[in-house]
Amino acid sequence: MISQVVSAVGVVIAGVFVCALYYWLSDKILQAVFPVPVDNVHAASVNLNRRAMIRPWLFLGPALVLLVVYLVYPVVATFILSFHDRSGGNFVGLSNYRWAIQDAQFRQSIFNNILWLAVVPAACTFFGLVIAVLTDRIWWGNLAKSLIFMPMAISFVGASVIWKFIYEYRGGTDTQIGLLNAVVQFFGGDPQVWISIPFWNNFFLMAILIWIQTGFAMVILSAALRGIPEETVEAAVIDGASGWQIFWKIMVPQIWGTIAVVWTTITILVLKVFDIVLTMTNGQWNTMVLANLMFDWMFRGGGDSGRSAVIALVIMAAVTPIMIWNIRQANKEMGGH
Amino acid sequence: MAGVVLKDIRKAYGQVKVLHGIDLDIRQGEFVVFVGPSGCGKSTLLRMISGLESITGGEMFIDGQLVNEVPPSRRGIAMVFQSYALYPHMTVYDNMAFGMRIAKESKQEIDRRVRSAAEILQLTPYLDRLPKALSGGQRQRVAIGRAICRNPKVFLFDEPLSNLDAALRVATRIEIAKLNEAMPDTTMIYVTHDQVEAMTLADRIVVLSAGRIEQVGAPLELYERPHNLFVARFIGSPAMNIIPATITETGETTTVSLRGGKSVRLPIATAATEKGKAASFGVRPEDLSIATGDEYLFEGQVSIVEALGEVTLLYIEGLADQEPIIAKIPGILDAKKGHAMRFAADPAKLHLFDAEGKTYRK
Repeated sequence: MISQVVSAVGVVIAGVFVCALYYWLSDKILQAVFPVPVDNVHAASVNLNRRAMIRPWLFLGPALVLLVVYLVYPVVATFILSFHDRSGGNFVGLSNYRWAIQDAQFRQSIFNNILWLAVVPAACTFFGLVIAVLTDRIWWGNLAKSLIFMPMAISFVGASVIWKFIYEYRGGTDTQIGLLNAVVQFFGGDPQVWISIPFWNNFFLMAILIWIQTGFAMVILSAALRGIPEETVEAAVIDGASGWQIFWKIMVPQIWGTIAVVWTTITILVLKVFDIVLTMTNGQWNTMVLANLMFDWMFRGGGDSGRSAVIALVIMAAVTPIMIWNIRQANKEMGGH
Repeated sequence: MAGVVLKDIRKAYGQVKVLHGIDLDIRQGEFVVFVGPSGCGKSTLLRMISGLESITGGEMFIDGQLVNEVPPSRRGIAMVFQSYALYPHMTVYDNMAFGMRIAKESKQEIDRRVRSAAEILQLTPYLDRLPKALSGGQRQRVAIGRAICRNPKVFLFDEPLSNLDAALRVATRIEIAKLNEAMPDTTMIYVTHDQVEAMTLADRIVVLSAGRIEQVGAPLELYERPHNLFVARFIGSPAMNIIPATITETGETTTVSLRGGKSVRLPIATAATEKGKAASFGVRPEDLSIATGDEYLFEGQVSIVEALGEVTLLYIEGLADQEPIIAKIPGILDAKKGHAMRFAADPAKLHLFDAEGKTYRK
């Protein structure tokens, strides 16, 4: 225990020291390569300019190298792998792509992903906005907000385990322990195996992500709502607008940029959804999504790096444009005020 | 009669009382300005007239109708806010049209009213712009235009000029004065802490302090005949000089002995019972002049000289309680720090207040 702490502290100190050493040393070398002679003003100014041009790249260098190694290289490698067979050894052209278009499970995953995209970001943003407005006006609003925000702190797998108990079904004469089945039975219905009902089970899985992400949407939108000048609302009151009209015509348009950022952030998250499906159904009963399918092809049944690479690229192609738009929008929000 | 009548209006936030019974009768077409120091309740009173704040006690009538429970949009009022409060996501046109659209006016009527308001305020070239593309003065004109479009019986202004720079403030002030002339039947109520705005715009000024009305009157009436020490000090700049005094002789005229021993006779009648009482002697800086003969009011050493060109301000320490006495002498003066000077004043322009701060009437 002690030795581990000591070595961890040592590594931290050594890391900082090595970084400092790198900056100092690289700057020294730069100064040696481009000297500033005292007697030649022209040469001195040229070399000073050169130093100023090169120095940022020198200091950024290590970070750029790491970025290339851990981000750019995997993308390129995945791209290349997608044209090779399951072992990655033989070039097979477009046959992996052709397979994907015709594969029933791939199509199912695309369909399910679209379903997730249509429901989850909208539901999170809607509930987040409604809760943000409602909690703004009550004295226990902050407590309610904390409770709704709390699922954000739970990992997706942990949340799935909790919800597994909610959807739990016991066969035969066993007592039902699932919350949902308890409610259904209380109202006289028959217990169901919720997560195995095709199509609808997708929504039961989505409920988990909505439960987690509504808190995020609520916190961001609540901050945005507080940023709305009170006078604009008062002016609308004098103009005769009802509460409903003030909300939709005065408040929502003023936080539109923030709503878009929240929406797209959750959209990106949804496109990558994996843990919940893996934990709850592992894609059975028609709940497969792209990320889970990719994982299946890569690590189960011996692995097929070609096909899983194709699926990875499809996910990336879907996420990238939204991501770019999201970042632009977020920058605009921050720079706009 | 689209006047505003306040009867014993009170406001409290829980235990904290903000307004202690305001009685006021504002006639139709009158321009009334509420002034007072920060926290005196003037903005709260205006917001109660608008309906944005509830009324804790008393009765309020607009145009003869009891409005205590009437929502803001039905009171026939329009309000111009200090921060303009334009809807940032709407164009100038939509900002002005919003209220009428809510009220489901016809398209033609909306267009007609927006364009005529824009014409009055020279906003026609900007109708398609968003507020962020306008200057501060233009934004405030849009806010005024939005109010005009509501066709109100009562116009409410909540410190509309305090976010503008000095030059724009004067220009917009004159525009508001013109607007008032162009709408002679519209009552206007204006809140400010700037007494120049109050003096130049108002038909009547209401001076408020700590939730009570100190005095209501025409601008010059407040200047010449303040009811009490507070109003005397609040109206006029620099503020009226106050020197502690004791009443030594009463009758048709009153003689007081100023701190420092000098005796002054004022053309103010007092009762014999006042003899020997402490009082406050007041004289405005601009009513002081440099004494030429042997007749003078007081003598003092100049501590600061502020030469502004058109006037020279002289600060004299030691006579009043804390603040220096200020004399405002026209023109450029050859006065230096440390000079001993004698000052005189027209006896008709002197003021006298009793120990509670009430004015001894002339």
